Amino acid sequence: MPDPTPDQTPDPGQARPGSADEAGRQRLREALVRPSRGQVVVGILLAALGFAAITQVRTNNTDNSFAGYREQDLVDVLSGLAVTSQQAQDQINQLEVTRRQLEQNRADQTAALEAAQKQAEELSILAGLAPATGPGIRVTVTEGPRPVDVDSVLDTIEELRSAGAEAMQVNGRVRLVAQSSVESAPGGLRIDGTLLTSPYVLDVIGDPHTLQGALSLVDGPIAQFRDAGATVDVQQEKALDITAVRKPVTPQFAQPQ
Amino acid sequence: MIAALGLLVGVVLGLIFTPDVPAGLDPYLPIAVVAALDAVFGALRAYLEGIFDDKVFVVSFFSNVVIAAAIVYLGDKLGVGGQLSTGVIVVLGIRIFSNVAQIRRYVFHA
Repeated sequence: MPDPTPDQTPDPGQARPGSADEAGRQRLREALVRPSRGQVVVGILLAALGFAAITQVRTNNTDNSFAGYREQDLVDVLSGLAVTSQQAQDQINQLEVTRRQLEQNRADQTAALEAAQKQAEELSILAGLAPATGPGIRVTVTEGPRPVDVDSVLDTIEELRSAGAEAMQVNGRVRLVAQSSVESAPGGLRIDGTLLTSPYVLDVIGDPHTLQGALSLVDGPIAQFRDAGATVDVQQEKALDITAVRKPVTPQFAQPQ
Repeated sequence: MIAALGLLVGVVLGLIFTPDVPAGLDPYLPIAVVAALDAVFGALRAYLEGIFDDKVFVVSFFSNVVIAAAIVYLGDKLGVGGQLSTGVIVVLGIRIFSNVAQIRRYVFHA
């Protein structure tokens, strides 16, 4: 019996006559028209082949790209994925550390901002830029026959400052700050360019006892005013509102060092 | 006729049941299919030459499938499974082409 898949047979296209080709066609036609018993086996095998082929095609289409991989390939892919996953995990850890740092930074910055704002408020009170409230004293100086001496007013302010006065205003109109100037003017006093007249009401925020003590010294400001014929009244207040503010001034010549 | 019907029935059954390939058979099924195709084309050629015998076809069909799968299995064990299955595919492909060339001469005289 010849092998159904002969490799070494001579080329029939040249070696055989045309009648053999005709016989081949004839047989094919007969096989299609008249089935024989031997075809049953062939049919079964072809059915198995078709089934397997379709199964393989389905598997190829539906499965992912790893289906055709061999063990070693899969191991390589797996170890590659493990390395990638490890790198990703490292990256996650790093990013989490960064996030914690950033959150810490933000908290620090918020605290710093709050501190700065608090300081700015305190400084703006000291600089006379913001209204202030607190305990203190109210000094009312009513002129006698003679005008009030500028030196006495300056002495009063200096004594109050050395006693810890934190905010001062005169007649509810002028805020006294480090740059404030006092000069005598016809009819009253010119403080920071504003003409004020008697009675002079000086609101001072600070410790009331210390402030009053500073004014009541022997030869102190009160004594000087009384010597000049003015009447002085000092009242301690639990809550004193200082509403006068100064406009902020940008220094023209002095630069931060 | 019955052979063509058998092929059709197999394809339809495969389409209907869409079975999963067992994991162990996965690398061998494509090789087995190609080997069986080789046997089928060889049988068709033998039929056209008038020397077809169904017993020979059955034996060559199964021996082709088994040997192809065995070669791939051996290649897997040796660690050259990928290359060896490529080699088997190439050899079977060459055989299929030469058989189809002969069939073509018989059927179309060309």
